[in-house]
Amino acid sequence: MSRLPVRKTYKLFVGGAFPRSESGRTYEAEGQNVARASRKDVRDAVRAARGAFPKWASMTAYNRGQVLYRLAEMMEARHAELADLCSGETEVEQAIDRVVWYAGWTDKLAQVLGSSNPVAGPYFNFTVPEPTGVVGVLCPEEPALLGLVTRLLPPLVGGNTVVAVASEAKPLAAIELAEALATSDVPGGVVNILTGLKAELAPVLAAHMDVNALDLAGADGDLAELERAAAANVKRVVHGAADVQSPWEVLSFLELKTVWHPIGV
Amino acid sequence: MGGGWWGEPAPRPDPKAEAMTELERKRGGAPVPADWTYAPAPEARDIVSLRERYGLYVGGEWIEPHAGETFTTIDPSTEEPLAEIAQAGPEDVGLAVEAARDAFENGWSALAPSERAKYLFRIARILQERSREFAVLESLNGGKPIRESRDVDLPLSAAHFFYYAGWADKLEYAFPNRAPRPVGVAGQIIPWNFPLLMLAWKVAPALAAGNTVVLKPAETTPLSALLFCDVVRQAELPPGVVNIVTGDGRTGAEIVKHPGIDKIAFTGSTDVGKAIQRELAGTRKKLTLELGGKAANVVFDDAPLDQAIEGIVNGIYFNQGHVCCAGSRLLVQESIYEQLIAKLKRRLTTLRVGAPLDKNTDVGAINSRQQLEKIEQLVESGRDEGAEIYQPPCRLPERGYWFVPTVFTNVAQSYRIAQEEIFGPVLSVLTFRTPDEAVEKANNTPYGLSAGVWTEKGSRILAMAQRLRAGVVWANTYNRFDPASPFGGYKESGFGREGGLHGLEPYLRFDP
Repeated sequence: MSRLPVRKTYKLFVGGAFPRSESGRTYEAEGQNVARASRKDVRDAVRAARGAFPKWASMTAYNRGQVLYRLAEMMEARHAELADLCSGETEVEQAIDRVVWYAGWTDKLAQVLGSSNPVAGPYFNFTVPEPTGVVGVLCPEEPALLGLVTRLLPPLVGGNTVVAVASEAKPLAAIELAEALATSDVPGGVVNILTGLKAELAPVLAAHMDVNALDLAGADGDLAELERAAAANVKRVVHGAADVQSPWEVLSFLELKTVWHPIGV
Repeated sequence: MGGGWWGEPAPRPDPKAEAMTELERKRGGAPVPADWTYAPAPEARDIVSLRERYGLYVGGEWIEPHAGETFTTIDPSTEEPLAEIAQAGPEDVGLAVEAARDAFENGWSALAPSERAKYLFRIARILQERSREFAVLESLNGGKPIRESRDVDLPLSAAHFFYYAGWADKLEYAFPNRAPRPVGVAGQIIPWNFPLLMLAWKVAPALAAGNTVVLKPAETTPLSALLFCDVVRQAELPPGVVNIVTGDGRTGAEIVKHPGIDKIAFTGSTDVGKAIQRELAGTRKKLTLELGGKAANVVFDDAPLDQAIEGIVNGIYFNQGHVCCAGSRLLVQESIYEQLIAKLKRRLTTLRVGAPLDKNTDVGAINSRQQLEKIEQLVESGRDEGAEIYQPPCRLPERGYWFVPTVFTNVAQSYRIAQEEIFGPVLSVLTFRTPDEAVEKANNTPYGLSAGVWTEKGSRILAMAQRLRAGVVWANTYNRFDPASPFGGYKESGFGREGGLHGLEPYLRFDP
C-alpha cells in the first residue's frame, strides 16, 4: 500500500514567520489553497518590514552580500522543488545565478554609484547611496520564480526591506522561495511575501504612508490609479521589467546622501 | 563661491560674551548692539534698466500672451511696482513647447557636444560679466540682501553653467556603456527663493545633456529669468533652446499637463509636488521633485560654539529663511542649552533687518504678502501651542513685507512649528541628551532634505551623517552649495538630485 503524502499548507511569509491570513481567507491557485491576504496583512507586513529596516540597512555590505549568497545556496538545495513550481530547471538556474550576481553587488554599489565631489571650499564632500526604506513590490505574473527574484533582489541588495505581493496565478514558487529565505540568514521581516488578489492588495500597498517606494512590475488594471495613490507620500515609483539585471535596477531604490565634512587642522 | 557670507564674524567679535551680557544688564537690559548706527550703504540701482512690460520668450523672440492677460511684479521691500508681466495661457505654453521641440529636433540634439559645451561656457561668462546687474535685480524683485545675491546667488549661478558646460561632451564617461541620450523637451518650474540660481540648476544640466527647455519662473520673481533671455541672446543660443514663460500656478499646470513635454523638473512646496506627481501618474514622463524640508541642525556640547552660532544664524536667517534646506529646527545638547541660547539671542540683536539693496543688510524683505501671512499664521500657532517666543528689538520699515528674526524655545516635537515648513526667519529650538535621541528627533518629520551637525569630533560627524535620513548633511557649516555637490531629498522632500554627476541623470535616457 503506497504512503499518503503529507501536503503543505501555503501561508504568508511575514516578519520571518508563516502566518495564515488574519482574515482566514484562501483562494485556489495551481490546484492548492493559498492564503488570500487582507488589507490588514499588508499593514502587518509593512510594519514587519519597517522594523527590520534599521538592522538590514546598517549591516556591512560584505555581510549583506554573504547573506544573499546564502540565499542562493538555499535555493540550490531546493532546486527540484523550485523547478516543479516554475517553467523548469532553466528558470531555476537563471534565478539562482541572478541571486549570486546581485549578492556580489552589495559592496560595489557605493563605488560605482557614489562619488567624491571637488567642491570649492575646505570640505571633503562625498555622495553615498543609501536604501530608501520599505519597498512595495507587485511581482510579475510570469515567470513565476525568475520574475520574483528579478524584482526582489534589487531593493534587497541596496539594503531596503520588502513587502512583495506574489504572482496571483502562480504564487507557489514565491512561498517556496520564502522557505528558502527563512532558512537562509536573511533576518526576519527583511522580505515579506503576501499571496492573494492583486486588485485587493495593490491599492493598499500603493497608498501606505510608511512605504517609500513602489515597484509596479506585475501590476495590472489601472496603473495610473496606483501611481496617484503613491504620490500621497512622494513614493519612488518604478516600472520594473520581469527579466533584467543591472546595478541601475538597484539605483531605483536608493537615495543619494551628500556629506560636507570639514577639513582643517 | 564668492566672499565669506557664512561663518563670517559677527559685526562685533564676541570674545567675552558673559561680560557683554553683564554690560547689557547694567544698561537696564537694553541690548547694546541694537543702538549701533550704520550709515546707509545702498548698492546703486541704476545698473538695472527695466522695461515697463515684458512678453514671453519663445523661439528666441518676445511674444505677447495670447489672452493678453498680465500682472504686476513688485519690489517686496517697498511694494513699489516694477513691471508688467505676461500671464502665459495654454496657447502660449503650446507655442513654447513647439519651439522647444523644433529646436530639439532641428539642430540642438544633433549639434556636436563640444559645441553645446561652448554655448554653456559662454552663458557662464556672460553671467559673470553681468553679475552686478543680475545681483541688483535679484534683490530688487525678491527682497533678498544684496550681500547674498552678490556673493552667493550670482557666483553660484555662473559656476553651475561652467560646471555643466564641461559635462556636455563627456557624458559617455559619466555613464559608461549606457549610451546616454537627451530626453527631449524639459518643462521646468522654479521657486521664488533663489530665482536665477534655481534657473541655473535647471537649465545648465538640461542643456548640457542636449535637451531644450520651457521654464517658468515663480510668479513673484520673474525678472531675473526675463533678463536671462538677454544672456541667451548674447550667447547666440539657437532660437527655441531656452523658452521662458511667466505666469502663476495655472501656467505651471499647463506645462505639467502638456503632452509634448518629456520631463518635468519642479522645485517648490511638497503639496504642489504631490499634485504634480498625481497629475503625471500613468504618463511615464520623467519627473524630479525638490520639495520642502524641516531640517534639524544638531549641536553637540563639544561644538565650537561661536562658529555654531554663526552656522545656526546662517542656517535659518539666510535669505529670510526662504530656503527649502533651512536649519529650521535647532537641536541642542542639554548641557550647553543655556549658554547657547544666551549667545544666540545676543547674536540676533546684531542682525540688521532692512533694505535689501543696503550692503550692510543681513535679513531682507519677505518675498510676498502671501508668504508673510503664512509665516505670521505659523508663528501664531507656536505661541498658541505654548512655545516661548524671542524676537530682538528691531525697527522695521513701514512699507513692504517684513518679519523679525524669531526664535522659539520650549518647543515640543508635535507643535506645528516643529513639524511644518515655515519658510521664514523662524527657528524652533529643541533639546536632546544622547546622540540616539538627537537622531530620533532629527528624523521625526515627513521630510528629509538636509541636516546639520556641529561637533569637534570627526568620527561623530560621520556617525551622525550615516544615521540622519537626509539628502545633504553639513558638518560644522550650513547652507553651503556647490555645482559639483549633488542636492536633493529623502522621503517627502522629493526625488532626484541636482548638481554633480548625479544631476545629469534626470535629463538623460539610457538604453535598457
